[in-house]
Amino acid sequence: MRLELKHIHKHFGAVHANDDISIAVESGTIHGLLGENGAGKSTLMKILSGFIHRDAGEILLDGRAVAFKNPAEAIRAGVGMLHQDPLDFPPLTVLDNFLFGREDGFMQNRAGALADLQRFSRQFGFDLDPDALVSSLTVGERQQLEIMRLLSLGAKILIFDEPTTGISLPQKIKLFETLRLLAKQGMTIIFVTHKLQDAEDLCGKVTVLRLGKMTGQVTHPFTADQLVRLMFGQSLETRARASVALGEPILELRDICVADYRLRVPEINLQVRAGQVIGLAGIEGSGQRLLLRACAGLDQPVAGDIWISGARMNRQPYRDFLERGVAYLPAGRLEEGLVPGLNLTEHFILARRSREFFIDWRAAQDAAQSRIGEYSIRGVPASRVEALSGGNQQRALLALLQPNLNLILLEHPTRGLDIESTMWVWSQLLARRQRGAAIVFASADLDEIFEYSDRILVFSGGRVARALNAQETSVQQLGELIGGKGL
Amino acid sequence: MSEITQKPVFSKKTGFSADLLWTMGPIILALLLTTLALVAIGADPLKAYTTLWNGAFGSPEKLGSVIDAWVPLVFCSVGLLVTFTAGLWNIGIEGQIVMGAIGAAWVARTFDLPAEILIALMFIGGALGGAAWALLAGALKVYGRVHEIFGGLGLNFVAMGVTLYLIIGPWKRAGIASTSGTEPFRPAAWLLNFPGLTVGPVEIILAIISLALIYFALRGTLWGLQLKAIGKNARSAFWLGIPTSRHMLGAFAVCGVFAGLAGAEQASGVWARLIPAISGGYGYLAILVVLLSGFRAPLVPFVAFFFAAVSKGSISLPLDLQVDSALGGVLQGVVVLLFVLSQGVRAKWTQTLSS
Repeated sequence: MRLELKHIHKHFGAVHANDDISIAVESGTIHGLLGENGAGKSTLMKILSGFIHRDAGEILLDGRAVAFKNPAEAIRAGVGMLHQDPLDFPPLTVLDNFLFGREDGFMQNRAGALADLQRFSRQFGFDLDPDALVSSLTVGERQQLEIMRLLSLGAKILIFDEPTTGISLPQKIKLFETLRLLAKQGMTIIFVTHKLQDAEDLCGKVTVLRLGKMTGQVTHPFTADQLVRLMFGQSLETRARASVALGEPILELRDICVADYRLRVPEINLQVRAGQVIGLAGIEGSGQRLLLRACAGLDQPVAGDIWISGARMNRQPYRDFLERGVAYLPAGRLEEGLVPGLNLTEHFILARRSREFFIDWRAAQDAAQSRIGEYSIRGVPASRVEALSGGNQQRALLALLQPNLNLILLEHPTRGLDIESTMWVWSQLLARRQRGAAIVFASADLDEIFEYSDRILVFSGGRVARALNAQETSVQQLGELIGGKGL
Repeated sequence: MSEITQKPVFSKKTGFSADLLWTMGPIILALLLTTLALVAIGADPLKAYTTLWNGAFGSPEKLGSVIDAWVPLVFCSVGLLVTFTAGLWNIGIEGQIVMGAIGAAWVARTFDLPAEILIALMFIGGALGGAAWALLAGALKVYGRVHEIFGGLGLNFVAMGVTLYLIIGPWKRAGIASTSGTEPFRPAAWLLNFPGLTVGPVEIILAIISLALIYFALRGTLWGLQLKAIGKNARSAFWLGIPTSRHMLGAFAVCGVFAGLAGAEQASGVWARLIPAISGGYGYLAILVVLLSGFRAPLVPFVAFFFAAVSKGSISLPLDLQVDSALGGVLQGVVVLLFVLSQGVRAKWTQTLSS
């Protein structure tokens, strides 16, 4: 199905999120939509898939003008979207989820749906248990389920919104295979991303957005450098690494076993010294989060000892970890870090952990103002955190950390951030390292793992590999370990 | 808890007049709907409202009885402001009032002291009784993972059972066991009232002080801000290093203190004894008061006064007009429903405007 977007406009208040965007995509091709966070990619795709309504412009499917009131109408017309955070129902089974949106009438046709599911699974080489709960699947598997569901509903145009965030390397390879197969079958694929490599590997044509405007369109072959210039207006360079003298051991894990209801990772041994950066690699949900939370004092390990700066910390309350200079930055910024409804000033007061009784609001506001400047947060002291963009929320979280920390634990520190924010976050973390902090972070982004880690801990299939020296490890090696080879 | 987090957002841009409009609108609409209901059952609406008005303000005694209802409503609302701020639905407040009354009654029956000291002790006993009962609901939530709505509801029934047991059991009147109440307290345990009325200066002043105290505590102290953080996102609050469990228990206890004061005041000032329905339903009504106030302390005394007037005014409806006194409850319920609804509509409306 041939897709044409003509002169699309969308305003959110004062923000012109889509400013005269025109794109044409032929069927059987993969079209990349590239841009940093806030460029307007998601807005455009939500307009196309019926989630939000355009202010002006036209959408043509095979030359016919359409206007969708809601996503159900869009999918009926053949437009389906895979959202960055899968919009599925984790407490239900794979088959239950697959059934959503089918118009079987009052009675569900479960047998027919199961047959469809199995047919699609065979076609793409997916391996999903129809009776498994979606909550037990990885993000990559949930994407596979959603692809099959949309296809079974008759989707001819598939939109993928940042599909490679949060999935592992093997899953990404599998995803790309699937996308190429879909294109070969005549589907129209729109691939939304902010990763240059992904766009280069996959897309025949790429449209680049910047701050709501189209900055250009390139056709294969193109270079990463070209894309960067369109995205940012100038080329970026990764900076050379400063060497840091290692200090005392800060964190020691001895035969730690972490577990939750579905996963058990035994025998984790690790020593982290002041100034060291440890990257936790692996498919998301392989135990990295469990380990980080155990080190932060938020969850108890099932077995083994945690030592922090020479003190055994098993079964100690979270507050004791805080007092020993341990900080944990969760991935769910608004869910488990910031408090939606409270403003920045209020957050800074709460994070101070002082014993004052009355609040001096004027002083607190001044302090917040200077902190906002220091951490270049785009906002004012009275800004509520939920009104900030993802990058600014992450800056706010960093600004909440105590000045002198011994151990910083991070889960996906730069997920969803644009390159500028990403570099800023890491410059902050590396500055902390210079001052003697040890850093342990989990990331799904292999480039990030390689760029910043001194040592890498690979999690795979309920096991943890011996810590690798980042300088002596190749992508190939790491990819194999994550995939479970050589563990 | 989601309703609490959707608490009305009063933006500075729209200002006070818009706030007033969005608050008064539902009240006027509720009056209209109630009028329609009256017309539907064939009653004369004008007469009904006149009766309602006269029932509340027709004489000094009647105004006295309105203030009589206003005092426990304010006490309970003050307590609920604290639990709502912490994101807790303290439905158990009814039982906490009852336990406050029992605490006060125990003090009154046990100690033979001069009036000033005895009454002070009764209020302390009431506060402790209410706080203990609230802490039970809090402990069930924090340690037993029992949602406070269910725990509180259960404890309300238990508290009622305890009162009945005391009234027909250990504390029964000499010779007869009647559910009408215990023997009246000794006169030293009677709260001083204005001549001819069932309300006096002590409880009014105490209620106003309580309200002011909690208003400033929630606004200007770290404790208040920490409760607010817990109410909006307990996980993040814990991450920030706030002792969430301790604060939740504390919020329950503080609410219990004020509910207990309401109970003590009812026992000492209104009934001078313990009766089975000592809570008077003021706890549940106070939940509506706080909702209609939009969780804002400065509005509480006015909304509470409105509710007290409607409650007391509707008592004379059946006598004069053959309209059931439940009309007052209908009016109160419709007002709150429409107010909560208007908040939702307003949020949607401002969203549409800004996009």
